[in-house]
Amino acid sequence: MNGLNDRSRAAGEWILENLVTIIFVAFTLFGFMVSSGVSVGYFFSELSSRVFRNSFLVLSLIIPVLAGLGLNFGIVIGAMSGQAAIAIARYYEMGGLSGLLFCFAAAAILALFCGYLTGRLYNKTRGQEMIASLIVGFFANGIYQFIFLFAVGVIVSVPAIHPMIKPDGVGIRMTVDLVPVNQGGLKYALDNILQAPFVHSLLVVALGLLVLLLARYWLNKRRGRGHLNSLPSLLINGGLCLAAAAVAAHAIVTNSPLMMVRKTPVVTGLLIIGLCVFTVLIMKTKLGQDFRSVGQSQHAAEVSGINVDRTRIIATMISTVLAAWGQIIYLQNMGTLNTYNAHTQIGMFSVAAILVGGASTSRASITHAIFGTILFNAMFIMSPEIGQSLFGQALLGEYFRTFMVYGVIGVALGIHVWKANKKNRLTVD
Amino acid sequence: MAELNETGRGPLKPLRSLFSGIGLPTVIIAVFWAFTLVAGHFVGISMATLLSDTLKRAGMNGILVLAMVPAIQSGTGPNFALPMGIVCGLLGLVCAIELNTFGMVWLLTSIALATPLAAAVGYGYGKLMNAVKGSEMTIATYSGFSIVALMCLAWLMVPFRNPKMGWFIGQGLRETIQLDAVGGAQILNNFLKFSAGDVIVPTGLLLTFGFFAFLVWLFFRSKLGIAISAGGINPRFALAAGLDIDKNRILANVLSTVLGAIGIIVYSQSYGYAQLYTAPLMMAFPAVAAALIGGATASRARVSHVVIGVVLFQGLLTTALPVTNEIFVGTDLSEIMRMIIQNGIILYALTQVKRGVQ
Repeated sequence: MNGLNDRSRAAGEWILENLVTIIFVAFTLFGFMVSSGVSVGYFFSELSSRVFRNSFLVLSLIIPVLAGLGLNFGIVIGAMSGQAAIAIARYYEMGGLSGLLFCFAAAAILALFCGYLTGRLYNKTRGQEMIASLIVGFFANGIYQFIFLFAVGVIVSVPAIHPMIKPDGVGIRMTVDLVPVNQGGLKYALDNILQAPFVHSLLVVALGLLVLLLARYWLNKRRGRGHLNSLPSLLINGGLCLAAAAVAAHAIVTNSPLMMVRKTPVVTGLLIIGLCVFTVLIMKTKLGQDFRSVGQSQHAAEVSGINVDRTRIIATMISTVLAAWGQIIYLQNMGTLNTYNAHTQIGMFSVAAILVGGASTSRASITHAIFGTILFNAMFIMSPEIGQSLFGQALLGEYFRTFMVYGVIGVALGIHVWKANKKNRLTVD
Repeated sequence: MAELNETGRGPLKPLRSLFSGIGLPTVIIAVFWAFTLVAGHFVGISMATLLSDTLKRAGMNGILVLAMVPAIQSGTGPNFALPMGIVCGLLGLVCAIELNTFGMVWLLTSIALATPLAAAVGYGYGKLMNAVKGSEMTIATYSGFSIVALMCLAWLMVPFRNPKMGWFIGQGLRETIQLDAVGGAQILNNFLKFSAGDVIVPTGLLLTFGFFAFLVWLFFRSKLGIAISAGGINPRFALAAGLDIDKNRILANVLSTVLGAIGIIVYSQSYGYAQLYTAPLMMAFPAVAAALIGGATASRARVSHVVIGVVLFQGLLTTALPVTNEIFVGTDLSEIMRMIIQNGIILYALTQVKRGVQ
């Protein structure tokens, strides 16, 4: 009887912990059931291009979470640095791979500087980092607009005839065309280096994951850390990988609609994988261990001789630089720079995505980020379709997905704090 | 603040002692405003117009800023979930239009409908705030955002039939509803309106703000009000003294939400339009900033802070718009300035929040 109670409580805990994820999976499946207008080809084309352009940004959130800073809405500042770099490249008409590399370098310098300042701020607003990171994003947006709308033209004089500058010679236009890469611009500068059919990429990724799963299982066992392994989860994950690989192989052989899916950018994919590897590796270094101990308890870390403030600043700087690069990847795929809008939603969307993947304020992993990005974007594609087919209004679906974004963040953070408070109260009593 | 005074940096020290009663941010904004007024005089903008606009804008935003006082005093921190109260107010407002009311009756019906609704919502919100102690501000912000997004769905789907606020085709309400149509535009502003020289004084509006400010001031002199403040200053001490802190926090948030609801109705009538959909999304931040500029902190606020803050902040914004447009033609410097000042002051207040126990 007791055991049963425990088990049902464990199930309840599990549902509460993964509530947001469960809602999203249910919603997307529901969308597939009710909407007839979405073809498989369209859905996967949209999904894969969205996942490739957003993953890098979402992954940039992991390190601050591990270092105990919570979800860094301040990646907006990184995104602004990336946009500033792109604006400079566009102004001097740099393009192609060299232009892209310039963007990465310039954005990194800017983002390191901004990240240092935000890190300092987070150290002064300890315990309130998340609201501070949200507000500092708004604040930075003011400075960004001051530079882009006012300083360019009034303080720094620029030629009014430049296609990027507004006709009256003051400020940068609302939308700036990034010129396709074959005409010497930045659009698709990264994506067009090498492209592979969707099903081929799917096959490679699925098999790669399977190998990774097996290798990890085997290594854990050999190093005597067998307790980290769990056969059921290996079987489920391995099964999913095999299924995906089988679907891909089947599509290749029978030339099914999946072959019609848009091609995937290989180099962008490799960069995302590279960032995953980087995140894993950095956590194994001394710095990574510092992140972890600061994240667990600042006091204990301080006592054991870690410079807590410095560690937190470094975590913020890394996150900001990664976000800047993520925004460059995002924009070269979009092909236009929405000068005053492209960055504003990035923070909230990325945070919502990682939360949907199952992360919380104190726990985040690569799996959360990637899985969350896929699920979140699937919802994003399906939402207007559901509004259309259920109520005859796509606009309704769009409002609904905005609600989902805010709601997800609110619910996920609320549950986390509520649980933490409940635990604390128990120990105090 | 005390901590900061001890570590006080050299050049600011004399300034600090000179204005020890008034916070440094208040002084900076006041000086800035005075500077803009003088600059406006030199570029030929009449100071009377600027002052008239300031009075109007201050009265218009006053009650929304006032909503910060109960929330801050109870220890929940600035009410970043102000949009919750705002959508309640808007709902009361459109219901009153649907009931075909007109003029003053419309205004009173709006308030009468919005108040119980806001009280109920505020109760739920207060419960939520008690469950998430320690992270109130972040969760409040996202609760507010979620409600606004949810209400976007509601505005689109409500089966209201009144042609004064529907789209010409299809279902749902318009994004901005003209209050002229119900005789509600500037109805309070025009009450006993008079001109002192060239300055137009919207007496009714200011009286309404004054009335609510007085009510809040009075409430925090009552036994219940003092109990709420005590819980905000030192929860452990208040608990030891036998006060039910959680109940007081809920009550304070009910009060704050109701003030938000009434605030938006007063705001809308002065503006002449009711703005639905995403308009309320960011409305909490200027209100929080105004209270902070007036000298409130994330844990202490008085009615005087609200009055000073709303006049200074709205005064600066109303003045800056025409003045900067005159000096730098074709740029929207005042909007940029609003973003920097508003969010800068909130960040400053956040750095002053006492460090929580790790």
